[in-house]
Amino acid sequence: MSDVSYGKLIREGLWSNNQALVALLGLCPLLAVTNTAINGLGLGIATTLVLVMSNATVSLIRNLVRPEVRLPVFVIVIASFVTAVELSMNAWFYELYKVLGIFIPLIVTNCAIIGRAEAFASKHRLTPSLVDGLAMGLGFTCALVTLGGMRELIGMGTLFAQADLMFGDLASGWTLSLGEKFNGMLLAILPPGAFIGMGLMIALKNIIDGRLSKRAEPARTPAAEGSMETGTA
Amino acid sequence: MIKHPVSVAGILLALFATAGTALVAVTNDLTAERIAENERQALLSNLSALVPIEEIDNDIVSDTLIVRQPDLLGGEETLVYLGRKQGKPVAAVFTSVVPNGYSGPIKLLVAVHNDGTLGGVRVISHKETPGLGDKIEENRSDWIHSFDGKSLSNPKFSRWKVKKDGGDFDQFTGATITPRAIVAAVKNTLIYFDKHRETLFPNTRKAEQK
Repeated sequence: MSDVSYGKLIREGLWSNNQALVALLGLCPLLAVTNTAINGLGLGIATTLVLVMSNATVSLIRNLVRPEVRLPVFVIVIASFVTAVELSMNAWFYELYKVLGIFIPLIVTNCAIIGRAEAFASKHRLTPSLVDGLAMGLGFTCALVTLGGMRELIGMGTLFAQADLMFGDLASGWTLSLGEKFNGMLLAILPPGAFIGMGLMIALKNIIDGRLSKRAEPARTPAAEGSMETGTA
Repeated sequence: MIKHPVSVAGILLALFATAGTALVAVTNDLTAERIAENERQALLSNLSALVPIEEIDNDIVSDTLIVRQPDLLGGEETLVYLGRKQGKPVAAVFTSVVPNGYSGPIKLLVAVHNDGTLGGVRVISHKETPGLGDKIEENRSDWIHSFDGKSLSNPKFSRWKVKKDGGDFDQFTGATITPRAIVAAVKNTLIYFDKHRETLFPNTRKAEQK
């Protein structure tokens, strides 16, 4: 149980091991719900919540669970939390629940969650596991919101439309619009738009990483990272 | 100490399954009432947009009837919400289905006043193309309001089509199939209502005939 630096955990979750952009996990909900920024945010928060709860639980029971039944136990833990979150959203965020619909139960199939349970929480103490879950969840949420915002802006010419679904009537004026005349590019809203947007985001991240590593350590040999395929060729 | 690791593992798994089920059961218990209330409120707000609440005095959400007429109403069984005031029929709201949408069935709420005029139409769920066919949604365009107040004689029966087919209803640029299908489904619902007006309100039949 080596000591872990929280700064490093947060950096990994948000950027260098971002579950959506680097690990490429949880693509099903990622690609499907991100046609607006708010949908992305809603699913991102739900995923983060599940991730934090499952990481915490898995970390607490890590010495109790025998290796043979480790994975079934993780699946039970995750599925129970997802169902609880789904029921709660249905009760308290009904409008948003109607929009996200099927994708909330699908959080169960988000490999990022069982991935973190297996790779991190089952080997670390409670606090680092909580931080890891939170950082990974926030990283995933950022990717969802960015992709959703991008597709919404290009496809419909608005940003943060329907924010009132999540934040109440207070937020009904938050919607930014490019104006009535902007008809939008339909492709961005349709499923191919999700793949193209995702590819562009990964490409952008790799370009930034490449620049950063060049600037930071010109003396060292170029790192192996940043060789990820964009997948949209 | 552990002689049978498999049984220990099995017991552990069973314990976790029990705990997980308990968590779900408790959450379900805590939220069930609220969820049912949410669904009821959502339905009620949909219905009251079509049949204003002050025009009726019954509980329209639970005063329902199931009718079977797939050729006119789309679904095998169609739920009809009945609005009454002092026992007299005011309006019927049909949960009609448009069978021939561009990409799958479209679910509608069609409110028909007792005199045969439309209280309004709303799309409950659909899978039409975003940006084209989805202008049937109320929050995307006003098109769905073009049915308000219409009846089988207004416009004339033969004009119950989209403009492209020589009728009175607008189609959308790039999407004719969706509006055409909805216009036909609303028309069919009106035809059904016209034929079965007498039998739709079972409890008030006698009162109405007097």
